[in-house]
Amino acid sequence: MKQVGRELPRLEVRAKVTGRADYVHNLRLPGMLFGKIARATVPHGRVRNIDVGAAKKVTGVDRVVIGDDIRKVIPEPYYGPAFHDQPILALDKVHHIGEPVAVVLARDPAVAERAAQTIAVDYDELPAVYDEVAAMQPEIVVHDVLKPAGTFADLKHHKGRTGTNVALDYHLRRGDVDAAMARAAHVIAHTFRTQQCLHVPFEPFVAVAEPGDGTLTIYTSNQTPSFVRTEIARLFGWPENRVRVKVPFLGGGFGAKVYVKLEALVAALAMLTRRPVKVALTMEEQFYMITKHPTTFRIKSGVDADGKVIARACEVFWNGGAYADIGPRVTQKSGFTAPGPYDIDNISVDSYALYTNRTPAGALRGFGIPQLVWAYESHTDLLARALGADPVAFRRKNILREGRPQASGTAMHDAAIAEVLDTIAARLDWDKPFDRGTGTVRRGRGVAIGFKASISPTTSVAIVNVGADGSTTLYTSTVDMGQGSDTAFAQIVAEVLDLDAEAVRIVHPDTDVTPYDMGTLGSRSLFHMGNAVRLAAEEARSKLRALAAEAGFPEGTNYPPAEIFKKRYGMQAGNVVGTASFLPTYKSPDTHTGLSDNVTPFWMIGGAGVEVEVDTETGAVRVTKLVNAADCGKPINPAVARTQLSGAAIMQLGFTLSEDMRLDGGQVTNASLADYKIPGIRDIPPMQNELVEAEQHSGPFGAKGLGESGTFGVSPAIANAIDDAVGVRITSLPITAEAVLRALRARDGKPLKDE
Amino acid sequence: MSTRTVNFTLNGQLVSTEIEPHRNLVELLQRFDLFGARESCGQGLCGCCTVLVDDKAVSGCLYFGVWVDGKSVTTVESLDAEGALSIVQRAFIDCGAFQCGFCTPGFVLMVHQLLKEHPTPSDDDILHYLSGNLCRCAAYPEIIEAVKVAAKR
Repeated sequence: MKQVGRELPRLEVRAKVTGRADYVHNLRLPGMLFGKIARATVPHGRVRNIDVGAAKKVTGVDRVVIGDDIRKVIPEPYYGPAFHDQPILALDKVHHIGEPVAVVLARDPAVAERAAQTIAVDYDELPAVYDEVAAMQPEIVVHDVLKPAGTFADLKHHKGRTGTNVALDYHLRRGDVDAAMARAAHVIAHTFRTQQCLHVPFEPFVAVAEPGDGTLTIYTSNQTPSFVRTEIARLFGWPENRVRVKVPFLGGGFGAKVYVKLEALVAALAMLTRRPVKVALTMEEQFYMITKHPTTFRIKSGVDADGKVIARACEVFWNGGAYADIGPRVTQKSGFTAPGPYDIDNISVDSYALYTNRTPAGALRGFGIPQLVWAYESHTDLLARALGADPVAFRRKNILREGRPQASGTAMHDAAIAEVLDTIAARLDWDKPFDRGTGTVRRGRGVAIGFKASISPTTSVAIVNVGADGSTTLYTSTVDMGQGSDTAFAQIVAEVLDLDAEAVRIVHPDTDVTPYDMGTLGSRSLFHMGNAVRLAAEEARSKLRALAAEAGFPEGTNYPPAEIFKKRYGMQAGNVVGTASFLPTYKSPDTHTGLSDNVTPFWMIGGAGVEVEVDTETGAVRVTKLVNAADCGKPINPAVARTQLSGAAIMQLGFTLSEDMRLDGGQVTNASLADYKIPGIRDIPPMQNELVEAEQHSGPFGAKGLGESGTFGVSPAIANAIDDAVGVRITSLPITAEAVLRALRARDGKPLKDE
Repeated sequence: MSTRTVNFTLNGQLVSTEIEPHRNLVELLQRFDLFGARESCGQGLCGCCTVLVDDKAVSGCLYFGVWVDGKSVTTVESLDAEGALSIVQRAFIDCGAFQCGFCTPGFVLMVHQLLKEHPTPSDDDILHYLSGNLCRCAAYPEIIEAVKVAAKR
């Protein structure tokens, strides 16, 4: 039976519905200590004194650890994927409220927590900067000196820089923007903003470290086990084979749990105490760990008399918070798609990653793309309206078609932009009359499309083992955090080896056992690891055939593996191991022009169409229809793929309508699910989820990644629909009833007072 | 800290333990190696820690362990005690009603209470009973479908 394309339930369904699925959250080890973190109470300041006296006296406290103590086991205790800027515990300075300053260790987490609350820190407070545009000026500098990690060529020139908050600046120049703007019939500019929001995985960050004999085992809820091993080994100055990282299922990730988060801390604590140490954050503490970049995006377009966009200038400012995390990659990898999926000859992009005194920002389901699509699809809609053009027709006229070069210079292949747009328009009955409502409830509709390059160049390695009884096991370091990678890979192995996917067993990431993978992020797994898995299974199949020949089976016939092993080894014995790595070709963008003719191994295309009702008396917006469409290549498991599309869109609905981390003097004022509103079951609009099947020729069985595509279009489609309904434009997220009401009242010359 | 003795029925068996009065029900269950009820938001908002106490769903993170004295506690681990999954669990599988699975036990238990009290629930019944359970993977459409499938069976 054909395995690829089957809609089988996820392999782990039974474990998940019975509550028995394995999460680090559940892990208890003999003699384990729990660590609770004391956190910075000022947004920016030099640490004068840390008083841990009272904490040490609390009955049951095993040990209190501050930044200087970490140096006993890690002399240079700074980590980070792009910059080595983040101390394991604060050393000389704190850079945001909530930054870890000290840890209390105790057998009982309640004791550790009570003691941690007694720790008092004196600071020399420094002025703080929170806004990304303000941070462009060097009046307030977050870090005294910049420390790039050295792994990325385009960050090297920042090494040792002082007096700046710019962690990365990416510039793209294509054609002649100034000349094209000068001859354009219309030149239109807008500024859009996005808010700070966060992932909120329901299994909050958690990690356990267990010291061994010259080794360290880390059990962690993390999307990048191979990176964690490399980084922890680097911090200790050890070879990688002394660090073992194990990852079971994740209770959600969404980009939060990439690179090192709690792992360096628990590793240092375990080495200091020679005991297993667990640190598990609360929901509130997640608001001080990692977030999504707030952005300001200034976009300007020149359009000719025929409605063709001939020039576009983009300036994007990414608010990276106190530590760079992966922000500089977001700035560059997303930066070159800032002009949108449009065929424009003259383009400039200036994209800046900025340090500020906020909780750090990193990757969140789209790696910066949803922020960009919000701006360029709101802007594109406004262009169409200004020209009196139909928004769908205007997009059709301007979108990138097969073979045409994208802004970076890379030609578009296997990118179903037109098909995604057409699917959305069809599901909205775009060409039919639309009921616009009457009285105080007005109706509108809008569309938006976006695209994303895959992170590159990145490697995945897979091992397929066929045992003596023919049962087959796959070893990968891809983390299944709910996206269904275990199931998809089992289907690929089963397809190659002619098995039932249900019979394939997956070994979860364990760096002593499973081979290297760059990380489960950026929708890269199905493409990269999927290709590696397919190649590894094919190698296993070749070896089985060779073994059959050795055993004397006639060539060209398929014998069950168990019979081959039995004949070859005289009993149920032996095994064959297929292994393969996958690394797509890639050319880094030129440091001056930002151009590359091979900037991504594949493109993700996603979009949304919505219908809304706007109450003109309250500003309340009700989404009455949400169509999500994405190019998914040839889906390996269409049922799982549709839930990815749907889940991503609903998540983005939260980022669009309600989610907003609010700050007061650098302090998050709504750090709980009571005050930070994520979508619940009553918030789900009627939805249609459309997989646009288009062969990805370089993908495994034609497939490509899909985890993020459902987020792309939702926010601007809603803003476009609101404009369509009531003629006001919202340019900042989230789109609350208050924001809409303010816009309506301002339009009518009766503005609401600012409170 | 002083402890108290609690005697209660846990998944059909009489049990007794000593517990400090500040421990919540999730912590109490962990002492019995039951990890299906999970503390996540810590405020009784997400439903990941849902447990049935005398057949009514409670948030285990807000419910003191000592309060179960003399009561009957049902956790997700009891639903397949005989080896077979419950109708609700099978419906969740058939509808693909979860992704990461962290919130799933809470939803499953809440749907058990819903179907016990409303064997043929209306759409509004479903939304009403499940509005106290959150799913960050947003499998809500599939969960609603699973409730309807389970009700038909």
